[in-house]
Amino acid sequence: MKYLVRGALVLVTVLVSAGAWAAETGPDKIMASTADHSTFQVLQQDFKTGPEVTKACLTCHTNAAKQVMKTEHWTWEYRDPKTHKLEGKRHVINDFCTSPETNQYHCTECHVGYNWRDSSFNFSAPENETNVDCLVCHASTRFYKKDGDNYGEPLKWVNLKKAAMSVAMPSRENCGECHFNGGGGDGTKHGDLDSTLAAPAKAEDVHMDAKGLQFECVTCHKAEGHQVPGSRYSPTAMDKMPAMIRGDHEHGRNPVTCQSCHGQKPHKLAKMNDHTDKIACQTCHIPAFARGGQPTRLTWDWSTAGKRDKNGKAFDTLNDDGFPVYRSVMGTFTWQENVVPEYLWFNGTVNWLTVGEKFDPSKAPITINTYEGSSADGKSMIWPVKIFRGKQMYDSINNYLIVAHLAGNAEDPTAYWVNLDWDKAITDGMKRANLPYSGKYGFIATQTIWPITHMVAPKEKALACADCHASNGRLEQIKGIYIPGRGSDHLRWLEFAGWTLAALTLLVALVHGMGRIIASSRRK
Amino acid sequence: MARVYMFKRFERFWHWSQAALIITMLITGFEIHGSYHYLGWAKAQNLHTTAAWALIILWLFAIFWHFTTGEWKQYIPTFDKLIAVMRFYAFGIFTPAVHPFHATPSRKHNPLQRLAYLWIKLIINPVIWASGLLYLFYKDPAAAGIVGRIHLSLGAVATIHTAAAFLMLMFLIIHVYFATTGHTPLAHIKAMITGWEDEVEETHAR
Repeated sequence: MKYLVRGALVLVTVLVSAGAWAAETGPDKIMASTADHSTFQVLQQDFKTGPEVTKACLTCHTNAAKQVMKTEHWTWEYRDPKTHKLEGKRHVINDFCTSPETNQYHCTECHVGYNWRDSSFNFSAPENETNVDCLVCHASTRFYKKDGDNYGEPLKWVNLKKAAMSVAMPSRENCGECHFNGGGGDGTKHGDLDSTLAAPAKAEDVHMDAKGLQFECVTCHKAEGHQVPGSRYSPTAMDKMPAMIRGDHEHGRNPVTCQSCHGQKPHKLAKMNDHTDKIACQTCHIPAFARGGQPTRLTWDWSTAGKRDKNGKAFDTLNDDGFPVYRSVMGTFTWQENVVPEYLWFNGTVNWLTVGEKFDPSKAPITINTYEGSSADGKSMIWPVKIFRGKQMYDSINNYLIVAHLAGNAEDPTAYWVNLDWDKAITDGMKRANLPYSGKYGFIATQTIWPITHMVAPKEKALACADCHASNGRLEQIKGIYIPGRGSDHLRWLEFAGWTLAALTLLVALVHGMGRIIASSRRK
Repeated sequence: MARVYMFKRFERFWHWSQAALIITMLITGFEIHGSYHYLGWAKAQNLHTTAAWALIILWLFAIFWHFTTGEWKQYIPTFDKLIAVMRFYAFGIFTPAVHPFHATPSRKHNPLQRLAYLWIKLIINPVIWASGLLYLFYKDPAAAGIVGRIHLSLGAVATIHTAAAFLMLMFLIIHVYFATTGHTPLAHIKAMITGWEDEVEETHAR
C-alpha cells in the first residue's frame, strides 16, 4: 500500500512539475530574471567538463566564484566567533558517514565544486575558481546532477550545454539535492528537510505550500553575493528585533529568523505573545518533524556493520516501508515519521567535538555537539531539536573518534564500503587524515543535536496550550521556568496543605451541621 | 411574621454575581494550576481571565456603591459581643440559645461576620488581585518592573496566587455553611435572594 501511495506521489510530482514547467515557459509568463540564458552566445558550446561551464559563467559573473569560495558551501569550514573553534564538515566527525576526509569520492557529490579529491585541495587558490560548480545550485535539476561515486563530477547523462542554458535562481530542488538528502539519503539527517518539501501540502509547510505561498528556500535564506544566511553552524537562537524589510542590512542581522518577518508580537491574543520571550517560534509551530510521509533516521549503529550473506556479499535489509534497517556497509538504522522533537534551552552557541579531540569514553554517549543555554543567561530560548543517536568507531587508546576510509571505487584496496574490513579502512583513513592511530578501535555511543526549524505547520496545527500546560507535557523536563499546569510545577507542598485545610474546614462544617441536626431532632 | 428589607437590589446582584465569578475562578483556576482536567486548559485559562475582568468591573461598581451609600461602615470591625457570638456558634446554637446579635439594616453583620468579611476584603482579595494581575501582566514592562523590584519569579507569583485561592476556597466553605445557620436553614439564603429577612423575636437556630 505504501509503495502504491509513494508511486502515485511520484507520478503526481512528475505531472505537477511538468505542468509547472509548461507554465514557466508559456508565452504569457513573465520571467523573474531579466536575462534569458538560453540566448547567451557563450553558453552555446559543447562543454566537456564542469569547469568549462564555470569559465563561461565567469565571463559575465566575474565575482561569483570568488564569492562562492568564501562560503561554507565551498570551504566546508566555519570559524565560530564565540568558541574560536574551527568547525564545519571538514573539522567535525558526525555520527552519519562520519567524515568527508578520505571519502571525497562520495562526499563531494554535495560540494559546490569539482576536483576536491583529497586533503591537498586548496580551497582558497585562485586557480580553483573554475572548480566552483555553478550548475549544482543554478541549473535545473532536470538537466544536471552530480555523481555520488566520482568525486562530484556530473553524471554521465548530463548535457552541460542544456544545463548551462537552464540556469536561474536556486529552486527548492536545487537546494534539496543536498539538503533534503543529507546523511546519505532522503530525510536521513535533518528530519525537518526531505524531498516532500519540493511540493508540500499546507499541513506540512505553511510557507512552502505548493498550492499556497510557494516559498522557495531562498525566499527566507536570501543570499547576497552568494553568502547564504542561516547556517546551523551560526544559528540565531534569540531574535529580539521587530520585523525587517527583506534585504535590510540592519546590524548584520540574520534574515532567516521567524522574527525577521513576523516580529515579536505575531499573535492576536496578548497572552500568546507573552510566550515569545522564552519559547522559540519553532517549539509550538513545528509540532513534529518528518511530517511529509518521508521518515527520518533516528539511530545509526556502525558496530553491526560487516555482515556478509551466504555468498560472502554485502547485503541490505529493508523494512516494510522499503527503508534500510541494516546495511552491511553501514550497520543498523531506525526510522520514524512524525517525530516529536526533544526540547532544550539554546543560546545560539554550539560546542562541537572536532577531529582529534579527546573524550572520556566512560562518559558515553559522547556528545558530538552540545547546545549551550539556560533559563538564566537571558540569551536562551526553548528550542525543538532532533537528537540523533549513533554508535561509531573510535580509537580506544587515544580516545577520539576515527576518520575511516569508507568510500572508493570497486578497486579501492582499503575502502570499507568495498572491502568490509575495518582494520584496513581505519588504518588508511587515519593515515590520510594525519591522525595518530593506536591500532585499537572500538565502537562508542554518540549523539548529535540537530535544530528543528523547517516544516512550519499552519496555525491550526500548532501546539495547543495543553501540550505544555499539563503534567508530562512537552516541556516537562525544561528547567528554570514556571509553566502553569505542568507536573513539576504543581507545588506539591502547597497542594497538600491547601487541600488538607479545605477538607478540614469542610469536615468541621459537616460535624457542626450534624450536631445541629441531632440537637434539633432531640428537641422534638 | 414581620419582615425587614435587609439587602438592597445592587447588594444582592453584587453578592450573587460575585459568588458565581469566584466559583468559576476557583474551578478554572485549579484546572490551570493542574489539579484536574475538566474544561481543558485553554478554555479554563480563557474563562478565568474573562471572569477576572468581569469581577474587576463588578468591584469597581461595588466600591463606588459602598462609599456613596455609606455601606462600607458595615465592615468596621468591632469586638463588642464578639465573644458572645463565637460562644453562640460553638455551643448555644445546639441548645438552642438566642443569638446574641440582632441584625438591622444599618448593622446587618454580626461582629464575627464583620471580621470575616474584613479579612476577605483586606487580606485575601488584595493578595489574590495583586498576584493575579502580576500573573496576567508579568510580561508587561510595568508589571515586570514590580515583579523585578520585589524579586518575585513567575513561580513565586503563581504560588502566592494559588495559596490565596486555597484561602478563598476555605472562606467559601465556611460562608456557605454559615448561610444555613439562620432561624431556618434556608432563611439567610432566602434573604440574600429576595432582600427580605424575617424578623424573629427570638432567633432560634435549628
